[in-house]
Amino acid sequence: MSRKRPDVILTLRRLAFLVLLLALGATAAEAHPHVWITSVSELVYAPDGTLTGVRHAWTFDEMFAAYALQGIETKKKGVYTREELALLAQTNAESLKEFAYFTFAKADGKKQRFEDPIDYFLDYTNGQLTLHFTLPAKTPFKAKQLVLEVFDRSFFIDFKMADKDPVRLVGAPEGCKMQLQRPNDGSANAQALGEQTFADGGVNANFGMMFANKITVDCP
Amino acid sequence: MRQVSTARVLTACVALITILIAVDSAIHVVMAQTPFGGPRPAAEPQVGGLVGWLLARQSEFYREISATIRAAKSDGSAVWTLLAISFAYGIFHAAGPGHGKAVISSYLVANQETAWRGIVLSFASALMQALVAVAIVAVGAWLLNVTAKTMCGAEKAIEIASYALIAAFGARLVWTKGGSFISALQTERPQSAVTAAHHHHDHDHHHGHDHHHHDHEHVHDEHCGHSHGPMPDELAGPGGWRRGLAAILTVGIRPCSGAILVLVFALAQGLFWAGIAATLVMGLGTAITVATIAVVAVFAKGVARHLSEGRDGGGALIMRGIEFGAAGLVLLFGAGLLFGYIAAERVTCL
Repeated sequence: MSRKRPDVILTLRRLAFLVLLLALGATAAEAHPHVWITSVSELVYAPDGTLTGVRHAWTFDEMFAAYALQGIETKKKGVYTREELALLAQTNAESLKEFAYFTFAKADGKKQRFEDPIDYFLDYTNGQLTLHFTLPAKTPFKAKQLVLEVFDRSFFIDFKMADKDPVRLVGAPEGCKMQLQRPNDGSANAQALGEQTFADGGVNANFGMMFANKITVDCP
Repeated sequence: MRQVSTARVLTACVALITILIAVDSAIHVVMAQTPFGGPRPAAEPQVGGLVGWLLARQSEFYREISATIRAAKSDGSAVWTLLAISFAYGIFHAAGPGHGKAVISSYLVANQETAWRGIVLSFASALMQALVAVAIVAVGAWLLNVTAKTMCGAEKAIEIASYALIAAFGARLVWTKGGSFISALQTERPQSAVTAAHHHHDHDHHHGHDHHHHDHEHVHDEHCGHSHGPMPDELAGPGGWRRGLAAILTVGIRPCSGAILVLVFALAQGLFWAGIAATLVMGLGTAITVATIAVVAVFAKGVARHLSEGRDGGGALIMRGIEFGAAGLVLLFGAGLLFGYIAAERVTCL
């Protein structure tokens, strides 16, 4: 009937597409983290050299610690025993499941899964709240190269491996070498992510990866 | 020729509005990538300079809040530092997601609102946000002494409710704006508008199409250039304030998780009042940023209106199209948040 209609319809379609793109793109994950965790992690090996699990000790920042401790009854004010914190530890262990314990392992490029945590408890000393827990590997595995990443992809939590003695190999086979890549020294990582995430159509998807703590263990 | 250029102007105007949002989202991306104040690897070209520096401060301010509350316990003058930091944090933080600036700006663009009303809405919603945070902690932590699990559960429930509210608010805007938009389309070229609407069962168009079905009955002739959509004056009438209240509620019901953490921490330190003061000042900072963005959005729409003026039917069509697009944005935003496609400052319970 007229040339105009298709033009307008086309423009509107472009508009709708643009709006959709923006609605999704305009909300890149967190503006900044709200919780800071300092982690000390142990990789636990069986005598035959298979990795059986990961043992974490996560110390929370003081603001989140105050929040977590809110409403917990204690015998002595300001002193929290392991028993008094048992219920909170259980809550933590259960709710971490939703986030896959922020722990992602790959054995020679193959994704490995973890069971629900065992031996978990909270410890409160010198005003610092630390969550201890062990993640058993679903199936203990051997790997020439193990890559373990600890991060929150939404970046609500900022994970930092402890300055001193951040990763320990417990009973690892002779000759295994561990290397830790911290978020801020991996510029190559950040750049690759920049292009990749845009190609994937969402900064949201994996953007916490940039802040991943990457532990690599090479075994002969 | 005029017809082709109408489409172009439409595109140009949409671009104008979207540039605003694009800049906004770019800030998010940049901000998201600079959580630390520390030196940045040179390989990140998108961050740096003054903007990068400013954004890095935001994260620092937040971390400084807890240290300053602690300091205020022994040194009263630290409270002033606390207020200054909180204010600065609020200003920077509002540029991030989850503070309703997308909702408020889109609402202002969708409706024929004034900049002044945008400012009032921004301040009112920020104040409500702060008060909700204070109320949650005052009732939950201070009065009832519930655990973090209970409190976080409440936060999560409020969060979901707020997402549903945004979606509902957006759906309502889409409904009304879709109606005006379809009317504008029909006025423009009645015959083809009807067929176009039938052939293109876009879900967005569909609402308005059904809604204004009766409009098909009285088809205007080509010389009738006036729009079917409500005139600006009608939209900004007294009823507008009631709609504005809906916007305030939609945005203000969801407190920022950062504020709640600060409040609980202050309470644990025995300085709850300092936490409340910090939260209110934070809200003031947030309001200033959101108001600025809102005013720019209103201004951008003003430019679009100016550009489209004088094109009788076409001009109205452009404006209704922009309004409809803004309404759609609110709906998409709410639905995206509600169904988890968008994860903006989601409450995380540990």
